[in-house]
Amino acid sequence: MTQLPQSTDRKLGLVIDLDTCVGCHACVISCKGWNTENYGAALSDTDAYGPNVSGTFLNRVHSYEVKPETGPAQLIHFPKSCLHCEDAPCVTVCPTGASYKRTADGIVLVNEDACIGCGLCAWACPYGARELDATAGVMKKCTLCIDRIYNENLPEEDQIPACVRTCPAGARHFGDFADPNSNVSKLTAERGGMDLLPEQGTRPTNKYLPPRPKDCSGEINTLAPLLEPVAIDGKGFVGWLDKMLSALPGGNT
Amino acid sequence: MSLDEPKIDLSPKVSDEIRKTTCYMCACRCGINVHMKDGKVAYIEGNRDHPVNRGVLCAKGSAGIMQVNAPSRLRAPMKRVGPRGSGEFEEISWDEALQIATDWLAPLRETAPEKLAFFTGRDQSQSFTSLWAQSYGTPNYAAHGGFCSVNMAAGGIYTMGGAFWEFGQPDWDHTKMFVLFGVAEDHDSNPIKIGIGQIKKRGAKVVGVNPIRTGYNAVADDWYGITPGTDGLLILSLIHCLMKAGKFDLDYLAQFTNAACLVNEDPGSPENGLLLKDKDGKPQVIDRRTGKRAPWDGEGVEPDLSASYRYKGVTYRPVFHLMADKYLDESYAPEAVAERTGISAGRIRQLAAEIAKVAFEEPVVLDREWTDFRGKTHKTMVGRPVSFHAMRGISAHSNGFQTARALHTLQILIGAVETPGGMRFKPPYPKPATAHPKPHCKITPGKPLDGPHLGYPHGPADLCLTADGKPARIDKAFSWENPMSAHGLMHMVIANAHAGDPYKIDTLFLYMANMAWNSSMNTTGTMNMLTDKDENGEYVIPRIIYSDAYSSEMVAYADLILPDTTYLERHDCISLLDRPICEADAAADAIRWPVIEPDRDVRGFQSVLCELGAKLGLPAFVNEDGSQKYADYADYITNHIRRPGIGPLSGWRMGDNGLQDGRGAPNEAQLDAYIKNGGFWMAHVPDEAAYYKPFNTAYQDWAVKLGFYDAPQPYIFQLYSEPMRRFQLAAMGHGDRQPPEHLRERILKAMDPLPIWYAPFEESLVDTEAYPFHALTQRPMAMYHSWGSQNAWLRQLHGMNPLYIPTEIWKKRGFKPGDWAKVTSAHGEITVPAMEMQALNSKTAWTWNAIGKRQGAWALEDETPESSKGFLLNHLISELLPPRGDGMRWANSDPVTGQAAWFDLRVDINRADAPKASQPHHPPIKSPVPQAPKNLAWKTKS
Amino acid sequence: MHPAKSVIIFTTLSGIGFGMLFFIGLGMIVPEGLMAFIWFAIAYLFAVGGLIASTFHLKHPERALRAFTQWKTSWLSREGVLSVVALLVMAAYGAGLVFLNTRWAYVGYIGAALSVLTVFATSMIYAQLKTVPRWRDFSTPLMFLGYAGAGGSLMTGQVDYALALLALAGLLQLLNWMRGDGALGKSGSDIGTATGLGTAAQVRAFEPPHTGTNYLLKEMVYVVGRKHAGRLRILSLLMGIGLPILLLLVPFGHMLAALAIVSHIVGVFASRWLFFAQAEHVVGLYYGKR
Repeated sequence: MTQLPQSTDRKLGLVIDLDTCVGCHACVISCKGWNTENYGAALSDTDAYGPNVSGTFLNRVHSYEVKPETGPAQLIHFPKSCLHCEDAPCVTVCPTGASYKRTADGIVLVNEDACIGCGLCAWACPYGARELDATAGVMKKCTLCIDRIYNENLPEEDQIPACVRTCPAGARHFGDFADPNSNVSKLTAERGGMDLLPEQGTRPTNKYLPPRPKDCSGEINTLAPLLEPVAIDGKGFVGWLDKMLSALPGGNT
Repeated sequence: MSLDEPKIDLSPKVSDEIRKTTCYMCACRCGINVHMKDGKVAYIEGNRDHPVNRGVLCAKGSAGIMQVNAPSRLRAPMKRVGPRGSGEFEEISWDEALQIATDWLAPLRETAPEKLAFFTGRDQSQSFTSLWAQSYGTPNYAAHGGFCSVNMAAGGIYTMGGAFWEFGQPDWDHTKMFVLFGVAEDHDSNPIKIGIGQIKKRGAKVVGVNPIRTGYNAVADDWYGITPGTDGLLILSLIHCLMKAGKFDLDYLAQFTNAACLVNEDPGSPENGLLLKDKDGKPQVIDRRTGKRAPWDGEGVEPDLSASYRYKGVTYRPVFHLMADKYLDESYAPEAVAERTGISAGRIRQLAAEIAKVAFEEPVVLDREWTDFRGKTHKTMVGRPVSFHAMRGISAHSNGFQTARALHTLQILIGAVETPGGMRFKPPYPKPATAHPKPHCKITPGKPLDGPHLGYPHGPADLCLTADGKPARIDKAFSWENPMSAHGLMHMVIANAHAGDPYKIDTLFLYMANMAWNSSMNTTGTMNMLTDKDENGEYVIPRIIYSDAYSSEMVAYADLILPDTTYLERHDCISLLDRPICEADAAADAIRWPVIEPDRDVRGFQSVLCELGAKLGLPAFVNEDGSQKYADYADYITNHIRRPGIGPLSGWRMGDNGLQDGRGAPNEAQLDAYIKNGGFWMAHVPDEAAYYKPFNTAYQDWAVKLGFYDAPQPYIFQLYSEPMRRFQLAAMGHGDRQPPEHLRERILKAMDPLPIWYAPFEESLVDTEAYPFHALTQRPMAMYHSWGSQNAWLRQLHGMNPLYIPTEIWKKRGFKPGDWAKVTSAHGEITVPAMEMQALNSKTAWTWNAIGKRQGAWALEDETPESSKGFLLNHLISELLPPRGDGMRWANSDPVTGQAAWFDLRVDINRADAPKASQPHHPPIKSPVPQAPKNLAWKTKS
Repeated sequence: MHPAKSVIIFTTLSGIGFGMLFFIGLGMIVPEGLMAFIWFAIAYLFAVGGLIASTFHLKHPERALRAFTQWKTSWLSREGVLSVVALLVMAAYGAGLVFLNTRWAYVGYIGAALSVLTVFATSMIYAQLKTVPRWRDFSTPLMFLGYAGAGGSLMTGQVDYALALLALAGLLQLLNWMRGDGALGKSGSDIGTATGLGTAAQVRAFEPPHTGTNYLLKEMVYVVGRKHAGRLRILSLLMGIGLPILLLLVPFGHMLAALAIVSHIVGVFASRWLFFAQAEHVVGLYYGKR
C-alpha cells in the first residue's frame, strides 16, 4: 500500500555519529551478511571474482574531505543507508504497493513478492538507499533488521539491527524517535542531530550527529603558563630538583 | 498495523546452532559466534562475552563466511612440476608430501641443521612452531615480527616490560586524553575502536599523530600531521617542554624507575655509563632516609632522584641528571624541531601543555590500597590520565627502536604507566627483558638447539655469533648489525640465503608468509632470488616448502605445498606462552576449533608439524618408544607440558582437587571446557593488583599463582638502558666481544642508553632533492594483508588502491584528476593511479597496503582491478640501503633490532599518462585452483 | 540517469501512439472500415508497442498487473491505468468505425482526453521526481505533450496542426533544456546539504564507499560529455523538428511525409536519450560526481 500512513505509532531509526565513525566498514559487511541470509532474496554479487565485481549492499560508507576556514583539512567517514523517511517518496511512487511504510514503527520496507523491479523507487530516493538486486530482480533496501529487532529467537540485547550490534566504535544508535526520552531522541537533541538533504522534504527519521569542532591552532595557548620553565639548563634543573625534593615529606630542610 | 500491510515473520529462526570460536580474519583474535544452518556457516557475529571484542566485529570478521567459501582455497598437497614461479603443480597425497619433506629434512638434521631455515609469517602459534624448530636443531627460526613491529615490542620490553597491543592498553575507563601515534590497523583493531568510542562518549580528548588523517586520525579532536620518521623528535621535544617546566611525576620516577640509579661517570672506566651495583649485582640508589647508598629494592628505601655519589674516586650521578643534561638541550626545543617534524612550535607547546594539564591538574585517584615491593603500603592509586598507543607507524623506521623508547620514556616521565588513566599492562605482562630468555644458537647435528631461538640480549655476550664472530643465523639476528633483534629478521632471509651470506642453506620452509609478493621488500628482486639458478643449473635456494591455506602469490615459488585449513576448520590456541588475548583486568587465552570440517584434502599446518616432527624423530614430538607423541595439534594443545604445571592453555587444568586455573596437569576434556565457555578462558586480576603491576606485591603473587613466572619478580622501569650501554662500551673497545670496525661508529650512535633521535638512514643516504617526498602504506580497516582480495565482499570495498598525493605536491607537479603518477625511489620505479588528498602531511604520499595482486593468484580472474590498477609500494623499497661506497651490505633495518624500515622510503612523484596497467606488471602465474564462480547469491537455506 | 533503451522506446513510441489516438479521437480524421482498422492498428502499434517496451525495463514483468493498483499515489500506476482505459475507450470508438462505420463522437472525445492524460501521466513519472531537478519542471509535461501532439498530428497527416505543433514542441524542448541546464544548481541541493558537513566549496568527496561500481552509479550517475550532448541536441532539433517542418512545407507527397515521420521519430529518440542521459540525480552528490 503506497499511501504513507498519517502517522506511525513509533518512529524507529538510527542515529549515526559522524564524530565517532572511523570508517571501518564493519556495518557494511555485517549488514551484507545478515541480509544475505535473512529477509527476502540474498544480496547477490555479480562477477564476484572478476574485473567488474558489483554487489548489492544496503549500507555503504562514504568519506568526505572537509576544509574548514581555519585549521587542517578533515576527513569524515559517512555511513549511509535508508533513512526511513516520514515522507518517503520511494513509497508513493511504487506502482504495485510493494514499497510501504509500516504504521507500527515507520520502517520502510519492500514486499519482494509484489516488486516488479521497475526501479522507480530507487529513482525517487535522493539518498541512494535502494539497490535493485541483479540476480533476484527485486528492490533491496535496509529493513532496519526487522527480522532481528522483534525476533524472539534472539536474546533481547541482540534485538537491534546487525549494523548497530557490530559497530566497534559505537557510532550507530538504534531507537524510537517518537519517544522524546529514547537514547536516539536525546542524542539528537544534545548533539544537534541533522537531516540529510532537508530541502528534499523527505523528513528522514535517521539523524546524523555532526563532527565536533576539531584542531587547536597552537597560536593562542591558554595553557602556556603550565610550561613556564623552572630551569633553562641541566645545572639549573638540578638546583630546582633539589629544592623540590627538599620540599617533599622527609626532605632535608 | 494497517490491514493492507503484508504479514511478515518477525521471529524467523536465526540458526540451528551457534559455535563459538576465534576469528582469524586479521591478527586481532576476536571471539565470534558462528551461526550454523544445515551444517553450513550461515552468519558470523561478534561474541558479546569475549574479552577482546565484547560483541562487536569488524568488516573482515563479518566477511569470514566468504573466506571459508573462497575459491582460492588450496585443495590438496602439491608438488611443483613446472619451473619455479610458473604455478605449475601436481596434486599429490599427504603420504607422498610428508615423505618428500622427510626425505629433504632428515639428512639435513643429521649433518647441518642450520641449512633448514624455518620462518613463519602471520603465525599465531609461535610457541609451538619455535618448539618444533628448536627440537629440529636449526638456529634459523623466527616469525614475522622483524618486519612488523619489533621496535615497539622490544623498545617496550627493554624499557618497561611490555609495549602496546598484546602487552598493554590505555586505561579506557579512566583516561582523559588519548594520544595515538601511527598504528597498523589489525593490531588491536576492535579494542581500539571500542576504546575510542568509549572515551569519545565520555568527552575525553583524542589526539592523533600521523602523517595521514584517515581512520582513527579522522576522528581525532586534534590531528598532528607529522612528517614520517620524526615522531621521536616530536616526543623528545615534548619531554623537553615537560622537563623544563618541571611537569613530571617526581615521586613515581624516584620509586618506580631507574631515574635514581647511579651511573658511573668515569670516562676511562670499562664500567663507564654502567650502573653502580652492590656485590649481589643490584643497582644502587641513594636512600633519602639515610643519605647512604642502598639497593634499589631495599625494604623501605626511598630513592633520591638528585643525589650524586662519590666512591673510590669515581663520581656517580643519578640517571635523572643525565636525562636533564640531555633533554633540556635547546636542540629539542619546539622551535628547533618544528620544521623537521612539520608541526609548528605553537602546536608542540600546546600538546605538551595539554599533557601537563591533564596529567597534573586532573589526576585520577582511586581509593584502593596497595603495597609495593619495598613493603610500603599506599592508601590510594594516583593516576595521570594521559594514555598513549603506537605500533607500526613509529616502529617501521631505522630510528624506530629509539623512538619507541622515547615514547615509553614520555609515558613514564609523567607517571602514566600502570597507573589509573594511563597505559596498563595485560597479563602475563609486565615482564622485563631480564625475565625473558636470551637468544640461543648452538647447533649440534642430530640434536635440538641449546635453547629458544629468540630472546633479549643484555650485552655482547648474548649475541648469536660463530666462533669467528660472524652471524650464526641466516637472518643475522643478534649480530652486530642488529644486536637486539628480538623477533629475528624474516625480511632478510631470502636475500641472505640467495647471497650465501653468512652461509648457504638447503631448505627454506615458510608458513603463511607471502614473501613473493606483499610481505617482501624489493618484491621483483625477491622473485628473482627465489627462481635464480647457479652455474650448475640448480636453484640457488635448493628447496622451498610452503604452507598456506590459499592460492597466494608465494605458492608458485615453492617446490612442495602443504595446504592448510581455513580458520573455521582448525584447532589453534592463543596461548599465554605466545601472543595472548589478555586484557588489563584479566588473563585470558582462547582456542579455535573446527566448527566445520574441511571439504578438501587439507590439514592444519600445526597438525602436519606434529606428524612431520615424529617422522623426523624430533625429541619434542616422539614418545620414548619413538612413536608419534601428539596425534594432532589438538592433542598437543591439551597434553604438551612446557614447564611443570604449565601448558599451552591456562584454563581448566587438572589440580589435586579438581579443575583449576593457570597451573595444573593436562585435562583431556580441556578443549571441551573451552568450547563450552565460548572458546576462551579468562581469570580476573584482583582489584588491589589491577595497577602498578610491576611493583605491586598483590599482582606479583597472583602472577606466580597463575604460573606466569615461578617467583615474584618486581622490577623498575629502565629509562636508562644498561644493555644498550654495554654494546656502546664494546664499540668503544671494551670487552672481548667487539663489533667489526665498520660497525663501531654506528653502534656507538644507535645504542645510546637514553632515547635519542637521528634521521632515518635512507634519507641520510639518498639525495633528498632528487627524492624530496615520503611514501607510506596503511592497512585498510577492512582488509588484512593480502587476504582480503579473495573475499568477494571485501574486494568490493578495496579493489584497487590509488596513490594519495597531498594537494601541495598535486598542484606543484601539475596533476589533474584521472592522472597516474610515476613514483621513483633510489631503488625502483612504479607507475600507478593517483588521487589528491588534503588531510595529509604536505610531503607525504601514501596508499593502501597489499591491495595490488599478481594475475593468477587468489583465484581472481585476469584483468581485475587488483592486478591492473592495484599496486605495491614494495617495489620501491629495498631490503638493502643504497650503496654508500664502502662495499658493505647495509640492511634497510633498524640498527638496534633489525626491524624492517618500511616507512623510511623517500621518493619523487611526477604525473604520468595512464599505462595499460600499473607498473611494474608481472606476467600471470598459472592458478593452482579451479576457476571461481561468476556470481554469488549466498544463502544456506533453500 | 542511465539512458535505457526500453524507456526511451517506451516514451517515444507511446507518445506518438497516444498523440495519434488523440487526433483520431477528436475526429480530425474519420476513417471507416478497413482504412479505420489500418489507422487504429498503426496508432495501437505505437502506443501498445511503447507500453510493451516499457515492460522490458521490468525485472519481474510477470507481476506487471499489480502495477494497476496504486493509482492513488503513483504516477506510474496512473499511467498504466490511464493507458489501458484510453486504449479500451479508443478501441470501442474504433470498433464503431471499423465494424459499424459509425462514429460515436463522445466516445472519441473521451478517448482523446484519456490519451492526453496518458501522455501527461507518462511525463509525470519523471516530472514528479524531486531527486532529478532537470525533470522536475512544468516544462517536462509540456514538452512530452508537445512531442505527442506533433507526432500525432504528423502521423495523422494534419499538416497545419503538425507545423504548429512541431514548432511548439521545438520551443518546449528548448524551454526544457534551458530550464533543465541549471536545475541542479538551483535546486538548493549540493554536496554540502547532502552531507551536512559544510558548504559545497568546503566538502569534497574522498574515497567512494566501494572502489568498484554499483547499481546506483550505473543507474543514476550516467555521465555524458558536454560536447557530445551539444551535438546530439542539434541533431535532435534538426531531425525531430526542423527537417519535418521543411518537408511539410514543400508540396505534399507520401514519400516526403514518410520521411518527415522517420526523421521526427529519430529526432525524438535523440531527445529522449538526452532527456535521460543528461538528467542528474542528486544521489550523484554523494559520490562527488556532480
